[in-house]
Amino acid sequence: MREFVSKVSVIVWKDILSQLRSKDVFTSVLVFALLTIIIFNFAFDLDAESTRTVAPGILWVAFTFAGVLNLNRTFVQEKENGCLDGLLLCPVDRTVIYVGKMVGSFLFMLVVEIIILPIFSILYDFDLFVPKLIVVTVLATLGFAAIGTIFSAMSANTKARDIMLPILFFPMVTPIIIAAVEASALALENAPWADFSTWLQILIAFDVVFLIVSSLIFEFITEE
Amino acid sequence: MAIEELEGIIQEEEDLQIRTRGLTKYFGRHLALRGIDLQVPKNQRLTLFGTNGAGKTTLLKILATLLKPSSGTVEVAGWDIQDHSVDIRKSIGVVSHHTMLYDDLTAYENLKYYGRMYGIPDTEERIRDVLDKVGLSSRVHDRARTLSRGMQQRLSIARALMHNPEIMLLDEPETGLDQHATLMLGEMLDISGYSERTTIMSSHNLERGFDLADRIVILNRGSIVFDERKGSVDLVDVQESYSQYSGAIR
Repeated sequence: MREFVSKVSVIVWKDILSQLRSKDVFTSVLVFALLTIIIFNFAFDLDAESTRTVAPGILWVAFTFAGVLNLNRTFVQEKENGCLDGLLLCPVDRTVIYVGKMVGSFLFMLVVEIIILPIFSILYDFDLFVPKLIVVTVLATLGFAAIGTIFSAMSANTKARDIMLPILFFPMVTPIIIAAVEASALALENAPWADFSTWLQILIAFDVVFLIVSSLIFEFITEE
Repeated sequence: MAIEELEGIIQEEEDLQIRTRGLTKYFGRHLALRGIDLQVPKNQRLTLFGTNGAGKTTLLKILATLLKPSSGTVEVAGWDIQDHSVDIRKSIGVVSHHTMLYDDLTAYENLKYYGRMYGIPDTEERIRDVLDKVGLSSRVHDRARTLSRGMQQRLSIARALMHNPEIMLLDEPETGLDQHATLMLGEMLDISGYSERTTIMSSHNLERGFDLADRIVILNRGSIVFDERKGSVDLVDVQESYSQYSGAIR
């Protein structure tokens, strides 16, 4: 187990270092997410009541599309210079590679969300520190990264990868996005835990299923 | 059969580092490898020639555990490829025309990454050692993207040597290199202990490949059509056989 964690952390370290050096993906993802929430803010003339209705949807549209931009690059970067072959040649189980890439994407998206959430709270007049919203964001992002990493690996081998990823990925991730939007709405309304927990359970269930299934099928996807 | 002869056969079997039997590989309906039987003893340097699409890269990718065979058996370093791919990967170093280096990481960071992935105990010392071997000690903190193509390929050799593999698989390592860089690559391979490892190298450069080899194999349309020890043939024989299948001599 210690070796598993150690090897996963090496992949995550490499991904973070590459991102810090190039900055191009991070900048474009962040700008895209920011623009989305700003444009929606100006496009709708929102009163307090309608804000409560549409804001969770706007937030997750921003997170989802920004997340796809990141996923599009996750394995494309590995394809450059044949680095994916280098990674696959390492004497580690394929699950290590999957978890390493997944954790890298998860952390990347979390950083973007940490920057976006305060701006969102100002623009849409919500409290910044809503613990329930933070729980929903972390769980939904985990599920998003879990299934997104698999589809990113699949689409990296296709010619029209920029189009293929959303087409393949969105139908699969829809349950997570719906659950995230519903749970976020309840979190922002400060609804009781009893109402909130149903969506939370759905998110946890999808996270567990996606993580297990993705770990199992990753080996078949990485074979040419 | 005399006992000495039997002992010789047993010894030869024990010394085999790579063995394929009836190896075939399909890509969809296209048959890329047609029942390859290949035995490579320890420390032999084998050069694979063949035209584009002959199956050289497919064969090397299967030996490197990057592809699974459609049928047949493959053993590398005594391990069966179906059940022991992780063990095999510890024993092989792969160099191809792709450097497998991350452009935004420095030479040191690239080697550190691969060193940690291979679980090398004293990574720092090993990095110094391999960079010294390939003559890149002075560029240790330069990003890979700032190195010339020839330097990147030397760094790629350093990467492949990090875990001191007993088997080297080289897939057209000179592709994209100019004349000078190709000569340097040859020197690097010598310095890196090319002759002390079991090596399979695919190449289009007949002179260079012949120079570095103990044994020459020519693949054509997924089959071995020529397999000779260097002592029993000269470069002209290889060129003639090659031209039979490619229609051109390089």
